[in-house]
Amino acid sequence: MNIPSELKYSKDHEWVRVEGDVAIIGITDFAQGELGDIVYVEVETEGDTLNHEATFGTVEAVKTVSDLFMPVSGEIIEFNKSLESNPDYVNNDPYGNGWMIKVKMSNPAELDKLLNADQYKALLG
Amino acid sequence: MEVLDLKDIALKQKHVELGAKMVPFAGFNMPLQYTGLIDEHINVRNNVGIFDVSHMGEFMICGDGALDLIQRITSNDASKLVPGKVQYSCFPNYNGGIVDDLLVYMLAENEYMLVVNGANIDKDWNWVVKHNTNGVSVQNISENISLLAIQGPNAKKMLQPLTNMDLEMVYYTVQQGIFAGIDNVIISSTGYTGAGGYEIYFKNSDAEAIWNAVMKAGEKVGAKMAGLACRDTLRLEMGFVLYGNDINDTTSPIEAGLGWITKFSKDFVNYEYIKNHKEKGVQRKLVGFELLERGIPRHDYEIVDANGNKIGVVTSGTQSPSLNIPIGMGYVRTEFSTVGSEIYILIRDKKIKARVVSTPFYKQ
Repeated sequence: MNIPSELKYSKDHEWVRVEGDVAIIGITDFAQGELGDIVYVEVETEGDTLNHEATFGTVEAVKTVSDLFMPVSGEIIEFNKSLESNPDYVNNDPYGNGWMIKVKMSNPAELDKLLNADQYKALLG
Repeated sequence: MEVLDLKDIALKQKHVELGAKMVPFAGFNMPLQYTGLIDEHINVRNNVGIFDVSHMGEFMICGDGALDLIQRITSNDASKLVPGKVQYSCFPNYNGGIVDDLLVYMLAENEYMLVVNGANIDKDWNWVVKHNTNGVSVQNISENISLLAIQGPNAKKMLQPLTNMDLEMVYYTVQQGIFAGIDNVIISSTGYTGAGGYEIYFKNSDAEAIWNAVMKAGEKVGAKMAGLACRDTLRLEMGFVLYGNDINDTTSPIEAGLGWITKFSKDFVNYEYIKNHKEKGVQRKLVGFELLERGIPRHDYEIVDANGNKIGVVTSGTQSPSLNIPIGMGYVRTEFSTVGSEIYILIRDKKIKARVVSTPFYKQ
């Protein structure tokens, strides 16, 4: 199980990479493994400002569907459009090319409530 | 479901060693997938896959009165069977629904094996026993039997070296003999994938020997393990119904498109009611459909008309790994059931356009 130490994690299995006041967000290696082969990622909230834990999109796998939740509050400034033609990036490179959205954080203090890599690892048991 | 209550199939440890993702299914710890659903699915279509489906149940019905009992509780006409033939059938209940669907194997004169869904073993067994009013010899051997399904166009090439039985078999036939050095193995040209191949029934005590031989034979042709996840997408591409999803205690065989296994040439449980269904027509029918826009239909999603009025419900759906389009099955009001009908699937409050199509979705 790949759990990069420099990232933050939510209990809903999203990861966050912080670059200044922007949070880059995707789903974890564990999450992609549970979902299986991903068919597409639907994010229609680009430009919206959403609160922490709001649904920003859905991910459809062959076997199942899952909502995607905001790990932090803010404006969704970018959706990774390369996922439109390459949804398998989420399966094959969840922390790299498989990133999903960039969020301009409205309350960076929320980052402190997220899990670090060790805590996330413990959550998975 | 309490994990502690799960039963183990004989070969569980083999699947764990191969890295299978194990999940509770039908009361058993079952392999859901190994390398990945699409990979396993495509390998079954193009080459050959190995499924462990030992959760399935087997009942032996033998001796005098065996055929009479089977005729009374199943919808298809088992008198058409001859030794070595297999028949798809169902147990109708008294309320117009279905207790389970099953395969009826005629192994020899007065010797039948019924193969039922793993999740329904107890319910089906009670049903058989309850209707066994003439003292026919019936035996539930489910807990002693393992079942491997070897499915795909290269199944014969893979398995023929393991047996002297001629595996050039007509679809839905069965034979019994020595397989991988083990006597009394039952092999049938059946399956739930539409890819061709075999199902092999053997005693749990022979499981290790059969497993080792099958795995060795598989290596030579590039066979891969295949889990329940791709079994579901493979069967759905063929339009095969799944008990608990597409048929259940409340769906009639006629609504479900199983009229072809419902034969009124003989009496059976709820004969009059179902005959009436067939003659007077039904209010809803199970149909196959393709989505014309992006989306994936899932069990229990609503089906609506162009105006948003509810006309039915999705019973199965997926992104077809072979066709790479979203497909599904569901019940719709009969006036929307003809091929070409425009229907809509409600996905997260959005109406996604779909079209009723004929099944199988996947045609060789």
